[in-house]
Amino acid sequence: MTDFTMNIDADGIAIITWDCPEKSMNVLNNSAIGELDSMIDEVIANDAINGAIITSAKPDFAAGMDLNILAEMRNNAGDNPAQGLFDGIMQMHAFLRKIERAGMDPKTNKGGKPIVSVLPGTALGIGLELPLSTHRIFAADNPKAKIGLPEIMVGIFPGAGGTTRLVRKLGAMGASQYLLEGKTVAPKAAKAAGLIDEVCEDPMTAARDWILNATDADIVKPWDAKGYKMPGGTPYHPAGFMTFVGASAMVNGKTKGAFPAAKALLSAVYEGAQVPFDTALKIEARWFTNVLMNPSSSAMIRSLFINKGALEKGAVRPAGIPDQRVTKVGILGAGMMGAGIALVSAQAGIDVVLIDQNQEAADRGKAYSETYMDKGIKRGKATPEKKEALLSRITATTDLNALSDVDLIIEAVFEDPAVKADITARVEAVVSQDCIFASNTSTLPISELAKASKQPDQFIGIHFFSPVEKMLLVEIIRGHKTGDRAVAKALDYVRQIRKTPIVVNDARFFYANRCIIPYINEGIRMIGEGVAPALIDNAARMMGFPVGPIQLVDETSIDLGAKIARATKSAMGDAYPDGAVDEIIFWMETQGRLGRKAKAGFFTYDEAGKRLGYWDGLADQYPRLENQPDLIEVQHRLMFVQTLEAVRALEEGVLMDIREGDVGAILGWGFAPWTGGPLSWLDILGSEYAAERCEQLQASYGDRFACPDLLRDLADKGQSFYGRFSKSDQAA
Amino acid sequence: MKDVFIYDAVRTPRGKGRKDGSLHEVTAVRLSTTVLNALKDRNTLEGHAVEDVIWGNVTQVGEQGACLARTAVLASDLDESIPGLSINRFCASGLEAVNVAANQIAGGAGSGYIAGGVESMSRVPMMSDGGAIAVDPSVAMDNYFVPQGIGADIIATEYGFSRDMADQMAVESQRRAKAAWDDNRFAKSIVAVRDVNGLTILDYDEFMRPTTDMQSLGALKPSFKEQGEVMPGFDAIALMKYPHLERIDHIHHAGNSSGIVDGAAAVLLGDKEFGERWGLKPRARIRATAKIGTDPTIMLTGPVPVTEKILRDSGLSIGDIDLFEVNEAFASVVLRFEQAFNVDHDRVNVNGGSIAMGHPLGATGAMILGTLLDELERSDRELGLTTLCIGSGMGAATIIERV
Repeated sequence: MTDFTMNIDADGIAIITWDCPEKSMNVLNNSAIGELDSMIDEVIANDAINGAIITSAKPDFAAGMDLNILAEMRNNAGDNPAQGLFDGIMQMHAFLRKIERAGMDPKTNKGGKPIVSVLPGTALGIGLELPLSTHRIFAADNPKAKIGLPEIMVGIFPGAGGTTRLVRKLGAMGASQYLLEGKTVAPKAAKAAGLIDEVCEDPMTAARDWILNATDADIVKPWDAKGYKMPGGTPYHPAGFMTFVGASAMVNGKTKGAFPAAKALLSAVYEGAQVPFDTALKIEARWFTNVLMNPSSSAMIRSLFINKGALEKGAVRPAGIPDQRVTKVGILGAGMMGAGIALVSAQAGIDVVLIDQNQEAADRGKAYSETYMDKGIKRGKATPEKKEALLSRITATTDLNALSDVDLIIEAVFEDPAVKADITARVEAVVSQDCIFASNTSTLPISELAKASKQPDQFIGIHFFSPVEKMLLVEIIRGHKTGDRAVAKALDYVRQIRKTPIVVNDARFFYANRCIIPYINEGIRMIGEGVAPALIDNAARMMGFPVGPIQLVDETSIDLGAKIARATKSAMGDAYPDGAVDEIIFWMETQGRLGRKAKAGFFTYDEAGKRLGYWDGLADQYPRLENQPDLIEVQHRLMFVQTLEAVRALEEGVLMDIREGDVGAILGWGFAPWTGGPLSWLDILGSEYAAERCEQLQASYGDRFACPDLLRDLADKGQSFYGRFSKSDQAA
Repeated sequence: MKDVFIYDAVRTPRGKGRKDGSLHEVTAVRLSTTVLNALKDRNTLEGHAVEDVIWGNVTQVGEQGACLARTAVLASDLDESIPGLSINRFCASGLEAVNVAANQIAGGAGSGYIAGGVESMSRVPMMSDGGAIAVDPSVAMDNYFVPQGIGADIIATEYGFSRDMADQMAVESQRRAKAAWDDNRFAKSIVAVRDVNGLTILDYDEFMRPTTDMQSLGALKPSFKEQGEVMPGFDAIALMKYPHLERIDHIHHAGNSSGIVDGAAAVLLGDKEFGERWGLKPRARIRATAKIGTDPTIMLTGPVPVTEKILRDSGLSIGDIDLFEVNEAFASVVLRFEQAFNVDHDRVNVNGGSIAMGHPLGATGAMILGTLLDELERSDRELGLTTLCIGSGMGAATIIERV
């Protein structure tokens, strides 16, 4: 099988076409690099060839690198993986540099052959780094194509010269949004930004013409020509100085120092900007190796790229069940959740029946989609036609008979078992035999709710997070009697709406809330102990959480917390462990400080609901400690308290797959992405150290930190979670 | 260890460190030779009179580059057998020069030294020498680099100093500086800067604004709020180092921070034999010297631990010290010093400080040591302590004792 083929046309132009067999998108792997390398040698050596075009036979150019290459490089190096990675990366540089220099004389820059790229569509990661090494990039005018270097999103950075080339092309400031934020853009915007050179209807013809007319000087990169100056200035150039001072500060402030890739990238840029191009590539390779050797990057790639992708493609879907894609969904309850679910379903092309008790409420639910699309139109992301098409898919009604032909029900009514039981029975009476019934409950056990169903094997939990249209995770809950077809249905539906699913077994608070609640509670508990609320929230943010627990509880509202606490307490009786937290929550409730919605909570707010600062009254009720605890101590309390819940969920079989535990945590509640998830984090710490830390935290703060047997066992045997439970090849 | 004495101390007036400042036309070399020649002439030094000239200077590029100390010696009337050593400990460079010289003498490496420093901030702008601490991500991010002004605002936030407190200190600095000039208290040390023809270019501290009051300061905008809160957002970095703080209070502005000025200062140091050889009477003994490193983010709290250290090393207590010069880099630095040691402002910077008269980085340490010595003599007191906060988180101090 070959990835690249080369044909020489009548003008002596070699057309090198990339077409990965059996894949919808081109992905670069080791054998493909070898093929392309020999073709480039041929282009340079063969006098009958005047130049070359590298393009794709597929609608897109390339989706990126096969990340398994990185694992291979490391594994092939035996006991010195850093050397193996560095050598492998340097080989990649040498290969791309060969394209860039194209056989020209090193001194005179003369005699090279033009090699250009033609991008029919999307070009990401190495799919742009390879074109950046060619002499000119032509792209088809395809507004759906995405062009960019999104490596930073999975915890690495462009390490095949993309960093060095883009900075030299656009300057540190100009390149920053593409390198540091992984921004991708359509071809026209990419041209305007200077990422690529030409956008045209017929890029092949334009490329041919350019090759035939190219002079020696046309194919010399600016950085290989005499007198090159980096746009915007190098770090110690007066113009570049403030850029670089600002860049460190901005990256540090934004990432809270928690993402090693961003720092390594910036170091590669800073150090590389001060030396000649080939030395800069070597520096880039050193930092890239450094990032790849950091356990954080392996964990991020594993969770956010490989395992997230696997879950989206149905890694945990029961085998042998035919396609269960949803054609028409019935949504019960047009409140905030129901309205959001209706929106994302209609966006996926699914017909929606949105039910509420009165027509007004149902219409309000549908209006949510209208408002959403109006905003999209304003921002140029949608069109009036798309809006009409979407709205036409949603039927807002009070009439349960409208549900007769739906194949999935999602119930999102008030969190009251009696209310839910009533609607379950009434709906089951009108829907077809095959219809799967899902509840969007976030707190009530699915197996209990299923008792109201005549067909408990067709009853399941599909737990959305709020706001539905923004949150990427959907938690699917298998009740005791839930059958495989219901699971397959839920998974196929989640795939349709392009979210990431995890499937968990039924237990109190399922998986996500089971972990989030102790996290929030630990924060509140610390307030009671006199820890400065800023320290609590900052500690969480510096671990990589988007918001700290105190801010989070204000957002979700304090009366909701109180309600959950009361319900949990009555369910658990004497075993209930959170009295110290409730005292604070209930006191806040009596003070009328219910959170952001009341414009008064742990924070004070202005009239518009903007946070002003932590409420002074807290310190009066719970006096501040004279000596505030160490940052690390606060961070470990917040991390362990939720991480150990994830371990217990795995122990108890609520989690059936560690991949789901990690991916679910990052997507579900923003668990520190740099860790790769809670179980990955414990692996990074090492099970022995983690178990020891549990003992210390337990001694200081109580039994919620007791080391779970599973973690203890891993520690005793010197094992890791991924070592024991991994269900997929650990790439990169 | 030998006793080390101060025999003389001189300084130039301080010129506004801008293109319209009086000393902008004067090179850093000429500012240096002004004070070097003054020491030579006032003390009738000849030939290889001193072992070395140790010269504090922060921005060592352009005309201040290539070992300005040696260039200054060659350009001065001093003998060419005297070498020169440029040193940089940021804002304490001038004091550090004195301390290094004193410890060389105490250790027996020469009998006499000239120590001091210079900065032409108008001609060689601050930070024009680059610096990895701010720019290299590997260093800047790991050390939570923020500019000094943000550090000064962290001090205010962490230790509870309001803008009013800082402004009151600034008004008082101006008042004291004016009173000191009116009373000729700097006369003993000031050497006018003259042109090649002997014509006077500047003979007073021109940065002063004696009419400053709370109302005029109230109109000034905080200097570091924008870079702290918006672009590039240094406050976020500060909060990572001080996570128990909710936000940074930006209380400092041009009026309660030190002024950017040009100037030079020099101190003549020697052992007992040095004085005997040149017929000089010692004015004070160097009782102790100290330096220390501190948190680089808050950066400017060094005067507190370095004072604790120097007191410990010298066996003195804070109550033994009659007068203090604590460099007014920013008002909060002095407020923190007074708070930490419970020292009354009546004993600190009694003739005004850098807020009123300016802070020529490489020279200031030597300059305020001379001011302290003059005031100990004028008010007939014994023990004085000079200390400065230092960039990247350091502190330096010197205790002198009249003899």
